[in-house]
Amino acid sequence: MKEEILVLKKISKYFPGIRALDEVDFKIRTGEVHALVGENGAGKSTLVKIMTGIYQPSSGDIYLNGAKVVFPSPIHSQKAGISAIHQEATMFPELSVLENIFMGHHIKKSERGLLDWVEMRKRTKELLDRLEMDIEVDIPVKNLSVAQRHMVEIAKALSRDARIVIMDEPTSALTLKEVEYLYRIIRKLRAQGRAIIFISHKFEEVFEIAEHFTVLRDGKFIGEGEIKDTSPDKIIKMVVGRTLDKMFPKVETKPGPVVLKVEGLSKPGVFKDVSFELHQGEILGFFGLIGAGRSEIMQTIFGIDPKGEGEIFIKGEQVNIRNPKEAMDKGMAYIPEDRQLQGAILEMTIKDNITLPIVDKLSRVIFLNQPKEWEITEKYGKDMDIKAATWQQLVLALSGGNQQKVVLAKWLATIPEILIMDEPTKGIDVGTKVAVHSIMSKLAKEGIAIILISSELPEIIGMSDRIIVMHEGIITNCLDRKEASSEKIIKAATGILE
Amino acid sequence: MNLIKRREFTLLILIIIQILLITLRAPRFFNISNFRDILDDTAILFMVAIGQMLVILTSGIDLSVASSLAFSGMSVALLNQYHPEISVFIILFLSIIIGFILGSFNGLLVAYGNIPPIITTLGTMSIYRGLVFVLSKGTWVSAHEMTDSFRLFPRIHVFGISSLLIISLVVIILFSIFLYYTRTGREIYGVGGNITAAQYVGINLRKIRYLVFALGGGICGLSGFLWVARYASAQSDTAIGFELQTIAACVIGGTSIAGGSGSIMGVVLGALFLGIIKNALPVINVSPFWQMFIQGFIIIVAIIINTVMSQRNQQLILKKREL
Repeated sequence: MKEEILVLKKISKYFPGIRALDEVDFKIRTGEVHALVGENGAGKSTLVKIMTGIYQPSSGDIYLNGAKVVFPSPIHSQKAGISAIHQEATMFPELSVLENIFMGHHIKKSERGLLDWVEMRKRTKELLDRLEMDIEVDIPVKNLSVAQRHMVEIAKALSRDARIVIMDEPTSALTLKEVEYLYRIIRKLRAQGRAIIFISHKFEEVFEIAEHFTVLRDGKFIGEGEIKDTSPDKIIKMVVGRTLDKMFPKVETKPGPVVLKVEGLSKPGVFKDVSFELHQGEILGFFGLIGAGRSEIMQTIFGIDPKGEGEIFIKGEQVNIRNPKEAMDKGMAYIPEDRQLQGAILEMTIKDNITLPIVDKLSRVIFLNQPKEWEITEKYGKDMDIKAATWQQLVLALSGGNQQKVVLAKWLATIPEILIMDEPTKGIDVGTKVAVHSIMSKLAKEGIAIILISSELPEIIGMSDRIIVMHEGIITNCLDRKEASSEKIIKAATGILE
Repeated sequence: MNLIKRREFTLLILIIIQILLITLRAPRFFNISNFRDILDDTAILFMVAIGQMLVILTSGIDLSVASSLAFSGMSVALLNQYHPEISVFIILFLSIIIGFILGSFNGLLVAYGNIPPIITTLGTMSIYRGLVFVLSKGTWVSAHEMTDSFRLFPRIHVFGISSLLIISLVVIILFSIFLYYTRTGREIYGVGGNITAAQYVGINLRKIRYLVFALGGGICGLSGFLWVARYASAQSDTAIGFELQTIAACVIGGTSIAGGSGSIMGVVLGALFLGIIKNALPVINVSPFWQMFIQGFIIIVAIIINTVMSQRNQQLILKKREL
C-alpha cells in the first residue's frame, strides 16, 4: 500500500471580497500521478500556491508524512520536498541552465563559504543526463525551446530532491513528440516513488497519465477517485457542474462564394507554397504542431509580417496588404493567440478595448461619438456574454475567459467578413469554450468566413467544415468534414504523406 | 561560452581601436604615465559604477549616487577640518558608514515602501544634495583646511600604484567574488531577471532590493572621501552629474537596463572607455565646447556597436539550435 505523503484538510483561503478556496481536501500518495482538475478560477492555482508556501491558508491544516506542517514561505515548502513547475515560465532567461537549476539553493563549498561551481556543474550534468537532455549547461535559458525549458524546470525540482512535483499545465506549449517525452519522464519519476500533481485542461492527458484525480469547482472540493473507475464524461460533469449538451455546437452551413484565395505563398524557412481558398460562411480549420507555420501564414496575410512570394485575392481581386490597417479595410480581422500580449489592452476599460479598432470611424472631427461608442459596446458585450459589473471595468480584472470574449467583441465590432481566430480557446475553461464555439457557429451562419487555428484535435474536428493540416511549413493534407478523422490528421501533421 | 562571443570582448576591441585612433592623432597619448593618469582618474568611476550596476541588475536605478558621494565627502572633509586629530583610517571607515546609511534609506524606501527606484532616488538625489548645502552652509573645504594625511591619502603609492587605484581594484575584486561566488550575489541576478521566478524559488526579494542600494551607498561613501581628498576640495557641487556617467558605464559595459544581466568586467571596461575619451579629447585638441557633444555621441555609437554584436551572437546561437 502506498502511503499518503501530503494531505490538505479543510483548506480555506480568503482574499478581500473573494473566497478562493472553501474547505478543500486533497491528498496524494507516493508514486502516484494525481490529476487536479477544474475550470479556470476553480481554485487549482490557489491550492498549488498554498502547497508551495506562496500563499498561507486562511484556515485548515497541511500534513506531510503524517506530521502537521506550516509553510510560511516558498523556501520552507521546498525544503520539505515540494517543487512546482509553474504554468507561467518562472525562469531567469538571461541566466544559464546551471544557474536556473540552482537559483535559490546554490551549493557552497562549506556552510559559510563561497559557491562551488564545480560541484554544481557536475550535478547539473547528471540531472540533464537523467532527463535525457543533451544541452550545454552554460547556455542561457532564453536560447532553449519551450520543451527544453520545462525539462530544466523538472531538473530544478529534482536538484532539490523534490518528493512531490507539481506540474501546472506542463503540456500547453509542447508538440506531440515533446508530450510523449514528458510522459516518459513523468513515469520515470513515479517509478522512483515521487508523487506528481498534474494539472491540465485536457482530459485526454489526464486519462493518459494520471491514476487518481481530484476535482475542484468554484473553490470547493467536488470529488476525487481513481481514474480507472471513471470516464471523461463523468469528470466533465463534475468540473462544470452540469452536463454540457454539446462541446461543439456546430451548425451546418452552405458555404458561399470564395472570399479569400491564397496562391503559392512562401516565406523562406517558415512556410512554403501555401495555397488555399476560404468560402463565405465556412469554418476552415488549420491544424498542425507547434512550428508548423500556421500563425505565421495568417500574420503574413494580415500584413503583420512582410509578404514573401505568392498572391492573395480577396473576393477575386488581387490585393497587396502591407499592414494590419489595410487588412482591416479589406474586411479582415485577426484574433491573435496570446490575448494578453497581442489582444486585449489590460489596463484599459472593456468599452475602450472594444471600440479601439473602430475609433477613427467613431470620431466626429476630433471628438468621439460617445453615444455610438456605448451602443456598440453594449451590443457586442451582450452578444459575447461578457461577465462584468460595468463596461467601464478594467480588462485586467476579468477572468481569462472573459478577456478572450472582450477580444472577440473588439474584432466583431469591426464587422469583418473574414475572421482569423488563432487558438481562440487556449487556456480557457470548458464553459467559456462552449460559448466561444457557439459564437463561431453563429458567425459562420451569418456569412462570416472563419479561419480557425487550433492545436486541439477535438476542437478542429468538431468545428471545421474543412481542415487543412500542416507540417513544418507545408500543407500536407486538406480534409472535408465528413472524411476527417483523428488518425488522418495526426498522420499529416507529423509529416506522413499519403 | 566562447571568449569571442562575450560582449566584454567586443568592448575590449573597441577600447584598443579607440587607443590606436587617439595615438595616431597624438602620439604622446601613448605612454605609461598617461595611462596611469587615466586609471587614477577613472578609479572612482569604476567603483561607483559597480554600485550602480548592483542596483541596475535588480531592474532598479540609483540617481542619488553623486549626491551621496558629495554628502559623505563633505561630512568627512568637515570632520577633518574641525578634528584634524582623527585618524584617516577612521575617516575612511566613517565615510563608508555614512554612504551605507544614505544607501540604506533608499533601499528601505524601495524595498519596504514599494516606491519605484527611479522616483525614490530622484527624491533623495535632491535631499542628499540639499543636505550637503545645509551642512557646509554653501562654503568649501579647501586644501589648506585639510590635514596632509587626509589630502594625500589617495596619492600614497605602493610599487608605483596609487592607493586610490588599489582601493578601486580591491572593490572590483571583492564585488566580483560577491556577485559570482556567493548565493546572495547570484540572487541579485535572479531578482532582476524574473521577479516572479525569484519569489517562487524562495529568494527574499526585499532583502535583495534593500541590499543593493545599501552596498551601492557604501561604495559612494568611500568614493566621497577619496574624491574630496584627491581633488583637495569639498564643494557643494562635488561630482554633480556624476550619476549619469555611472549609468553610462554600466550600459556601455553591457548591463541590461531591464535587469538580470551584466558583468563587473563589462562595467569596468565601460568605465575605462569613458575615462579614455575624457582624457583624450583635450589631448587631440578637441575644443572644450565640443567635448560633451562628442562624448555623448561616442557613447551612443559604442552602445550601438555593442548591441549589434551581441544580437548577431544571439542569432548564431538560435541558428545552432535549429540544426
